[in-house]
Amino acid sequence: MLTRLKHDLTMAEAARGPGGSRVDLLVVANMVQRGARVLDVGCGDGELLRLLETRGVDGRGIELSREGVNECVAKGLAVVQGDADTDLEDYPDDAFDFVILSQTLQATRQPRVVLEHMLRIGRHAIVSFPNFGHWKIRLQVAFGGHMPHTKNLPYAWYETPNIHFCSIKDFRQLCKFAGAKMEQAVALNAWGRRMRLRMPWWFWNLFGEQAVFLLSRRG
Amino acid sequence: MAEASATLDLADRRREADEPHSPVMRFSANNPLRLDAGIDFGPLQIAYQTYGVLNAERSNAILVGHALTGDQHVINTHPVTGKPGWWVTMVGPGRPIDTERYFVICPNVLGGCMGSSGPASTNPDTGLPWGLDFPVITVRDMVRAQAMLLDYLGIASLFAVAGGSMGGMQALQWAASYPRRVFAALPIGAATRHSAQNIAFHEVGRQAVMADPDWRGGRYFAEGTDPRRGLAVARMGAHITYLSDAALHRKFGRRFQDRDNPTFSFDADFQVESYLRHQGITFVERFDANSYLYLTRAMDYFDLAADHDGVVANAFRGAPTRFCVISFTSDWLFPTAESRAIVHALNAAGARVSFAEITTDKGHDAFLLDEPELFAIVRGFLDGAAKARGLPPARK
Repeated sequence: MLTRLKHDLTMAEAARGPGGSRVDLLVVANMVQRGARVLDVGCGDGELLRLLETRGVDGRGIELSREGVNECVAKGLAVVQGDADTDLEDYPDDAFDFVILSQTLQATRQPRVVLEHMLRIGRHAIVSFPNFGHWKIRLQVAFGGHMPHTKNLPYAWYETPNIHFCSIKDFRQLCKFAGAKMEQAVALNAWGRRMRLRMPWWFWNLFGEQAVFLLSRRG
Repeated sequence: MAEASATLDLADRRREADEPHSPVMRFSANNPLRLDAGIDFGPLQIAYQTYGVLNAERSNAILVGHALTGDQHVINTHPVTGKPGWWVTMVGPGRPIDTERYFVICPNVLGGCMGSSGPASTNPDTGLPWGLDFPVITVRDMVRAQAMLLDYLGIASLFAVAGGSMGGMQALQWAASYPRRVFAALPIGAATRHSAQNIAFHEVGRQAVMADPDWRGGRYFAEGTDPRRGLAVARMGAHITYLSDAALHRKFGRRFQDRDNPTFSFDADFQVESYLRHQGITFVERFDANSYLYLTRAMDYFDLAADHDGVVANAFRGAPTRFCVISFTSDWLFPTAESRAIVHALNAAGARVSFAEITTDKGHDAFLLDEPELFAIVRGFLDGAAKARGLPPARK
């Protein structure tokens, strides 16, 4: 037996939709058109790729952890062992319709470079990440006086692979710098449900536990 | 035909080269093989083994490419050594390359000595073995010869090509030469080109063979000599490169062979020496020295970039083939970096590629050994490809 990944970088106890799929992955998958060519950067054990495959998507993955890769390949998924920070430059321009970074942005060494590569390789980029502007996290830092520790962010500060946390507000700024056009943004609340109401950004930044952005190259 | 025996003398080896213990496809001189050296070679013969059943649509064929010192006897008892085939862990009923689902075919490579045309085969013009008059061949020539065999067998396209080491080179060459005939390719412990270090090792091996006075400029069959010592030394050196320091330490350490103290002589005091000597001796019983020269040369010449304007990706541009590239952490002959270069090129070409590195201390030879993670990956990759190809699922 291959060793199973203990958990993703985040989302240890993620909410699941009716089909058993993680809600954040469903939100991502719903942004992808049938028949599209997709690269999932940091694909973990391949759950999103499998979900996309059931929807007729031609999916490929990159994953850093050897166990993750070997598990994916053993499932028949097209996944290569590689590092988002160093290996995206190997891919030619416009090779994919969508390049997805699901719950991985905060673990990259150079989030801006990664995002720029994603926008170069794909016509669209989809990025999902835990929102560090969420009120619970703000409270833990402000009043607990310690690094935040939640069910979605289960690691202690000294062993976390997550080195570049950002808030929804921060990410919007990165998009501006990286030349990304925001086509769609979705925030998920503490129960993993989509926040449907049309709300101002500060509200999402305070109450969204996670965010999913659909981006395209500007100009 | 020669009876199976542990040791083949020169006459037995000639017989095995011309009339092997395998089905043989013969092509007349009117149907020659165009070689990279610019020679039309014929008559040509290709010996091969098959396992499993070709389905009615002829869509379930997997070609297995053997390594430098392997042959077509993948899972049957070897007719010369009496030992089990070289890939019984991977191929067979219920194995990852499942002969209950797939039709497996393994040809002896061009230049080999187990029944395909090679330097030990008889040159029809002289009635003597070709020796060094045999043309120098390449991996691309081997694959061309395999394609001729498949044409004859009526297999228009392969479900998969799989192999380790030189077999992995064949898998890559198949995808480059005949992209429309290969649905899936599985190069294991391979590279896009033979590295300078590997050419250097091969040269040492060839020089060992050629330094043996019994080699006689390659005419040992005619002169009734047998360059066993040279070939054994070549094998001993090469065998070290197939293992790893960690594996040698685990298996032998510094332990003595059947003695408690050093003998202060050049006897095989250490177990590792005794093991290497045994590897050398058993190898020469089944392998032809000239074949060793030709096949190592073919590997040296392997360079996909050189064949495609210096860019490996050009070899796979627009290829519909799906790839599964596998390397081993302790393989220093074809290290993971070489497999990454394959993946890099395939990504640049937009090919569908999987790549896994397997943790093991067994070195390059890990592809031949019991590696459960390797089996799970090969099985999963082939399952996925079979589904995409519309082959029926495995029987439970």
